[in-house]
Amino acid sequence: MIGQALVDGLLTGGILSLGAIGYSLCSQILRFSNFAHSELLTWGAYIALMVVGSLPLGTPLAPFSFGWPFLVAVLVACICTGFLAIGVDALVFRRLRANGAARLTLVFASFGVALALRHAVLFFWGGNAQYYSRNLTMAVEILPGVRMLPDQIFVLGLTVVLVVVLHLFLSRSRSGIAMRAMADNPALSRASGIDVAAVIRWTWMLSGALAALAGIFAGLTVQLRPELGFNMLLAIFAAAILGGSGNLFGAVLGGLIVGLAESLSTLVLPTGYKGAVPFVLLLLVLSLRPQGLFSKSSRL
Amino acid sequence: MIGLISYFAFFLTVALIFGIVTLGLDLQWGKTGIFNAGVVGFYAIGAYGFAILTAPASPAFLGNFGLPWAVGIFGAMLISAFAALLVGLATIRLRDDYLSVASFGIAITIQLIVTNWQPMTGGTMGIGQLPNPTRGLFEVRLWNGIAYLGLVATVLALVCYALARMTRSPWGRVLRAMREDEPAARTLGKNTVAFRLQCFVIGSTLMGLGGALYASFTGFVSPADFLPIVTFLVWTMLIVGGSGNALGALLGAILVWGIWSMLGAAIARFMPVGLQAQAGAVQAMFIGIVLVLVLLFRPRGLVGEAPTTSRTSR
Repeated sequence: MIGQALVDGLLTGGILSLGAIGYSLCSQILRFSNFAHSELLTWGAYIALMVVGSLPLGTPLAPFSFGWPFLVAVLVACICTGFLAIGVDALVFRRLRANGAARLTLVFASFGVALALRHAVLFFWGGNAQYYSRNLTMAVEILPGVRMLPDQIFVLGLTVVLVVVLHLFLSRSRSGIAMRAMADNPALSRASGIDVAAVIRWTWMLSGALAALAGIFAGLTVQLRPELGFNMLLAIFAAAILGGSGNLFGAVLGGLIVGLAESLSTLVLPTGYKGAVPFVLLLLVLSLRPQGLFSKSSRL
Repeated sequence: MIGLISYFAFFLTVALIFGIVTLGLDLQWGKTGIFNAGVVGFYAIGAYGFAILTAPASPAFLGNFGLPWAVGIFGAMLISAFAALLVGLATIRLRDDYLSVASFGIAITIQLIVTNWQPMTGGTMGIGQLPNPTRGLFEVRLWNGIAYLGLVATVLALVCYALARMTRSPWGRVLRAMREDEPAARTLGKNTVAFRLQCFVIGSTLMGLGGALYASFTGFVSPADFLPIVTFLVWTMLIVGGSGNALGALLGAILVWGIWSMLGAAIARFMPVGLQAQAGAVQAMFIGIVLVLVLLFRPRGLVGEAPTTSRTSR
């Protein structure tokens, strides 16, 4: 019972981590809370659905429920969602920055962007639950009494790989180092000749692609709905704030903590209240250690 | 003709109720700079507080005390104030963007409680048969609607008057001083945390009052009326109208609610029945786009705050 809850929590936590890394990159480099981040998850998931639907069915790669078209769809969705994020920035956020708008004006604008993007999904794809594949797969017993679907193992494994790759990107590549410099000190990085516009484009691309992955994984392991991303927004915020800023692994650990807490809460609380768990964690961390669990800067 | 007037009275009643909620938000954001992204939470607390206090007793419910209308309204305001005090004590010290995330979480949590605490809130079915002092007052139903509109307008006028008095008082000046430069206000010996907390509680009480008036107007409450989109709708009203100005808040409420209702009516009229749910999405998309356009092209809103110059400077 508790073993199963732990594994389910790890899976949710991994998906949340991907969302939280993207959100936290964006909020550190662009310095505002983007309430529209969750809609990038939804868009990523639905773009992948569209690609899967337009490709030939293909035979599933046993033991998974999906075939090669799905893997193509993942790639396409990541890139398209990245460009969607860049496009929204060019249309809205960049103009506001150019107007010299206050940081909170960007947050209001993200309210509006979120409303428009979320309901555009509802408009184009309808409100019913959809699935990438109708194939049924058998759960595997990975530990005594703990079962996982092959798809879930795939998601968990790929998440680990992604986090490692992302860590290497941020610590080794030129673009990654420029992004971290912008997050630490925008004025100094501008003075050192970093191309700010390029860094911002990279940030949106990366955070859009990560959001798409999180959305697709959530769609693959649960189902696709227009509220898919919005329902995860609070958990993503909580994960990013729990982790603290300036550290990739902070967001990952934050995501895992929130996922595990949600999952374990169902052992003692009615499942209906699961959605309130991130909020409780959020209040706890903001009152006890407001800079986040793994960070030094202040937030009051 | 009668249909049109009755629809207009219905429309205006809801718009003015939203006006009260928007004024509450204006006190928090426009006057003081507190970023409350959980408006719908306090609106829901007011509505459910009213419902639980006034609904006729029933064995299926823990609450449903069957109290008189006025007790319900004041009780709902007290409950909202108390909830805001608790929430405020936990979150008011946070920096604005963390406050926005925390208050967003409050609204989600309240929605979960409302949906899941079946014996108290009726779960997804909600609570019905709520009292309305103007129902059955006249023979003609239209007059009952107009009487309730008059009641809401009176409450709104009282709220406006009280807010105008408050913001012109020394207390209101401290709020504006904090919005412009909080460290400076603190240096002048003002207990800024206490002021922020007071302002948060009063603003949220107004949101609760709006919720209670709405519940009494429709006669029932259910979770479907208190979705997160209400928060964004009220924020759009404030930003379109112009924050920091009561007239702007009211104008924004009427205008945005007008756009929302007209789009809804147009969709019901011209869209095929099978596509209604999808067409409903157009409403929310449009509101989102309006919000972004106002921020881009008219960031002060339609009215905006009146510039204040000292009486002695010329």
